[in-house]
Amino acid sequence: MAIAEVATAVTPHAVLGRSTTKKKRSLDLGGWLLRVGLAVLFLFPILFMFVSSLKPDQQIFGDLSSIAAFLPVGNISMDNYAAVFDRVPAARFLVNSIGISAITVIAGILVNSLAAFALSRMRVRGKSVILTLIIATLIVPFETLALPLVWWVNQLPSFELSELGFYFTTGWIDTYHVQIIPFIANAFSIYLFHQYFESIPKELDEAARMDGAGWFRIYRQVIMPLSGPAIATVAILTFLPAWNSYLWPLMVVQTEELRPVMVGVQYFFQLNVSWGEVMAYSTLITLPVVALFIAFQRSFVNSIASSGVKG
Amino acid sequence: MTPTIVRPPATAVSVPTRTRNVKRDRTSKSEERAGLAMLAPAVILLALFIFVPAILAFGLAFTNARLISPYPATFVGFNNFARLLTDPTFFRALLNVGYFALVVVPMQAGLALVMAILINKQVKGTTFFRTVYFLPVVTSMVVVSLLWLFMYRQDGLINVILDRVTFGLVTGPDWLNDTSTSMPAIILMSVWQGVGFHMIIWLSGLQTIPADLYEAADLDGVSRWQRFRYITWPGLSATRSLILVTITIQALSLFTQISVMTQGGPLNSTTTVVYEAVESGFAQQETGYASAISLVFFIIVLLISVAQRFLSREKI
Repeated sequence: MAIAEVATAVTPHAVLGRSTTKKKRSLDLGGWLLRVGLAVLFLFPILFMFVSSLKPDQQIFGDLSSIAAFLPVGNISMDNYAAVFDRVPAARFLVNSIGISAITVIAGILVNSLAAFALSRMRVRGKSVILTLIIATLIVPFETLALPLVWWVNQLPSFELSELGFYFTTGWIDTYHVQIIPFIANAFSIYLFHQYFESIPKELDEAARMDGAGWFRIYRQVIMPLSGPAIATVAILTFLPAWNSYLWPLMVVQTEELRPVMVGVQYFFQLNVSWGEVMAYSTLITLPVVALFIAFQRSFVNSIASSGVKG
Repeated sequence: MTPTIVRPPATAVSVPTRTRNVKRDRTSKSEERAGLAMLAPAVILLALFIFVPAILAFGLAFTNARLISPYPATFVGFNNFARLLTDPTFFRALLNVGYFALVVVPMQAGLALVMAILINKQVKGTTFFRTVYFLPVVTSMVVVSLLWLFMYRQDGLINVILDRVTFGLVTGPDWLNDTSTSMPAIILMSVWQGVGFHMIIWLSGLQTIPADLYEAADLDGVSRWQRFRYITWPGLSATRSLILVTITIQALSLFTQISVMTQGGPLNSTTTVVYEAVESGFAQQETGYASAISLVFFIIVLLISVAQRFLSREKI
């Protein structure tokens, strides 16, 4: 005891150290309470959604006034999920959304990285103008273009395959490709790839060129294999809006078989509303994204952080 | 942006001048062709689906174009804009998004900053908390809207919780069916959904502040507030203007929540500019009028982002 006191008296740093640790500990309790409080705030609606999806409507309302609202207790079953598949073609919607998102992501990675490669590595006349124009499109929110775009895609030539053969029509309304093609090229993806490619030393592709590699081979075998983080970021930032898209398919898709998951929610309010079913459908269309998020958590957070350079 | 590096001298040394020039000419031509081919898909798609609709928004706003019509669109001058100016619903929509943005921007940016500071400390469970705070962001706005639509019912979870924590003193309103609470309800839910996104952006800003600044401050024994006021806040100036711009534009583009939860009601108390554009352009098929709304909306967004950038630059 005495020795400790002497020691603290002699070395002021020790005093400082001790007092700050003490202060930190007390602050940490408050900080910890705040963290837990916020976690509860963000978690309780999601937990409520999931738990309610397992209960019949009557019990959802009955459980509201107690903690049971958040616990899978009582009459638990998958009945709501079964009912969802009866009420809407949920499987079809899921397949549509998976297909649309997957194609948009893959085509987006390809098209945007190729453009960024040319802008970063090759001598093309006017490329700084092109890059500036591409970046300029970032300030336009999609919502301002959506209405003229609906009119525009309705004028575009299209072709169809049917029993009668192959024929041309006008209008992209009511197709799969109208949900995919407008979202493949993305200025922000090009920008992210460009930034990333600029950080890869140019000596690498110079060396590959010496060995006689063509441009496409440099892109495919030198640059892309080194760009994993950029690819992951672009994949996530393309996937989320593709999976969550609502406004666009609402306007351009009328045929039930072509609809994505988000538009499916409308079906639940047509006749009698069953909240258990609504919660089951909500859980069903959220689960794939949440599973991906938890599996690739670090990439998700990094990709959102990289969107911080936007603007 | 940076010009491609001039070819390394090693190749040039042994080659005579004339052949070198010829060779370079040929390679640069093929390089140019290859480069254009690689750029083409993206440039064509961007032109088709961003530049053309942007130009169309200007063009169509001065016509009576309809989504599906046997007649070609005709030029109507400023008719659409004149109609816009006398449309009380449009003014209500402008007021509503203005109100929404004015509350959401400081609320969401502020809460996100507090959360980012909490998450930035290396304490046990940081990853867990970050994941939880971020969960609503990966949940689609459509799902979030459905969920809160359910919770906001008169006999819903929110009112039950309100009743419990106040021991029955407060009887919650019928949130979404009351003109005075409908917009606040949507604001609260939108902040809940979006705050995690901006937390991450603040976080990446916080991580650019050098740690030795904080160490020096600790040696000087400064208070927490001083640390924040003189190190954190100035260190975040770039992030700050970015966050303000993105939240504001997001707020002004309010649509999904309205479409799922209230359809603009009750009594237009939650209608928004984008919702009005979709209503007239899609439900009523009046593309010309909807383009005029989109154009006005775009000009507002543009003015605000320019003004915000200008103001935040002034402060630094």
